[in-house]
Amino acid sequence: MTDKTMTPEDVVGRLRSGMTLGIGGWGSRRKPMALVRALLRSGVTDLTVISYGGPDVGLLAAAGRIRKLVAPFATLDSIPLEPHFRAARQRGAFELTEVDEAMFMWGLRAAAHRLPFLPVRAGIGSDVMRVNPGLRTVTSPYEDEETLVAMPALRMDAALVHVNRADRLGNGRYLGPDPYFDDLFCEAADTAYVSCEALVDGFPAAALQTLLVKRHTVTGVVETPHGAHFTSCVPDYGRDEAFQKLYATTPWPEFAARFLSGPDEKSYRSAVDAWHEEQR
Amino acid sequence: MTETLPATRAEYCVIACADAWRGNGEVLASPMGAIPSFGARLARRTFSPDLLLTDGEAVLVGPDGQTEGWLPYRQHLALVTGGKRHVMMGASQLDRFGNQNISCIGDWRRPDRQLLGVRGAPVNSVNHPVSYWVPRHSPRVFVAKVDMICGVGYDSAAAAGPSATRYHRIPRVVTDLAVLDFETPDRAMRLASVHPGVTVGQVQEATGFPLVLPDEVPHTREPTAAELRLIRDVIDPEGRRDREVPAA
Repeated sequence: MTDKTMTPEDVVGRLRSGMTLGIGGWGSRRKPMALVRALLRSGVTDLTVISYGGPDVGLLAAAGRIRKLVAPFATLDSIPLEPHFRAARQRGAFELTEVDEAMFMWGLRAAAHRLPFLPVRAGIGSDVMRVNPGLRTVTSPYEDEETLVAMPALRMDAALVHVNRADRLGNGRYLGPDPYFDDLFCEAADTAYVSCEALVDGFPAAALQTLLVKRHTVTGVVETPHGAHFTSCVPDYGRDEAFQKLYATTPWPEFAARFLSGPDEKSYRSAVDAWHEEQR
Repeated sequence: MTETLPATRAEYCVIACADAWRGNGEVLASPMGAIPSFGARLARRTFSPDLLLTDGEAVLVGPDGQTEGWLPYRQHLALVTGGKRHVMMGASQLDRFGNQNISCIGDWRRPDRQLLGVRGAPVNSVNHPVSYWVPRHSPRVFVAKVDMICGVGYDSAAAAGPSATRYHRIPRVVTDLAVLDFETPDRAMRLASVHPGVTVGQVQEATGFPLVLPDEVPHTREPTAAELRLIRDVIDPEGRRDREVPAA
């Protein structure tokens, strides 16, 4: 059996500029932040990013790594508007494919099922059709003859997701309330990288439905404790609200210099710990 | 027996929101904002006991927060297309035919102000009833034409055809001043009731397009004593409603 464990640097070493990259989680919840931070330390850029957006989008947009974003929103949840995403949009820093939350889900499903599109009753009548002139409709071949949106498959070169536990083979387990769409991201991608709070040697026989990500969809596994910081990763930890507020209110160059300029994830952790220490 | 103080503006808003879910049966009530959420819980505890509610994340909860089901996003979005839901969304802009915008202000290609994005407004609005909550009724929100159609209005649904109109319905818009609806021949927004203490002129002045005005505009209904007790003692004892809509 193949041991797929690797470091965040190994993952990023397999990514290339210009790739289409899917990022799991939802808003500011269970985002693969350690992998995103590794990406920020690399030279990989010109990305098409597919995400139910949170600070993953904010960080990559602020750093100028996104050429095109496919998303229904970007939010920090407890802070409704993602400030760095907003700023980048307002200066026209990237191209946007703005689709509805359900259209996005059908796009992931189409990709996972190797279909070119799936019909969906969403987008029709809204300006999603106006701002995405490439979107097409499809007419039912049955008696109803309804016209629906043909949501194209959201295929990706690589997907990044973060789960609570994983084994060395790439099986991933989530322990929080919501799987989000992490299994679909892995299925929709040519390669998928799963970071986890802790590597385990096996899983308990109970709660089988928490075994979300299957190894045949996974290329690499990375153990990154606090790897979703500052987003939530319950029950291991909640969102670091104080730090998220700092992220949202600090000018980008200052934030990046203090927290993201070190050589690895460990230096990020030390910088965060030092900041929390100062707040006492 | 203690005397019940008269209803505040915020409490009329809670009642007007609750009434949106009256007679809805066994559907998911999805409120966005504090006052709609108090309204949904009031409806659930009184005249619409079959409503389903969530904890705001993936858990379906009873009136006292007890777990009764699991609704992660993938099931939530599927439920939307099944139609068993009535959401009350916010609106950064809302126009005369009920088109709603939460995405951005200005030209979409390079917005003056980027907001949330379309989120689930497009799928919600053509699959199940969508009401709106506007805590500060102003001409900045009530505009002649929205900059980006997220929630589909009556005119846009009609223009898009039968698959858009089939399940499309906007039962009501509740604001800090009034209740509005679209019960007019051409589906233009109508003033349905004003909250006590508000005049028709005040509402029209705070609206950036001409409202359809019935000959007599009624007042938003009074809460019952039992409803006021539930709001004040059980549902919102901390008075968060007054922070969303301060006393007039």
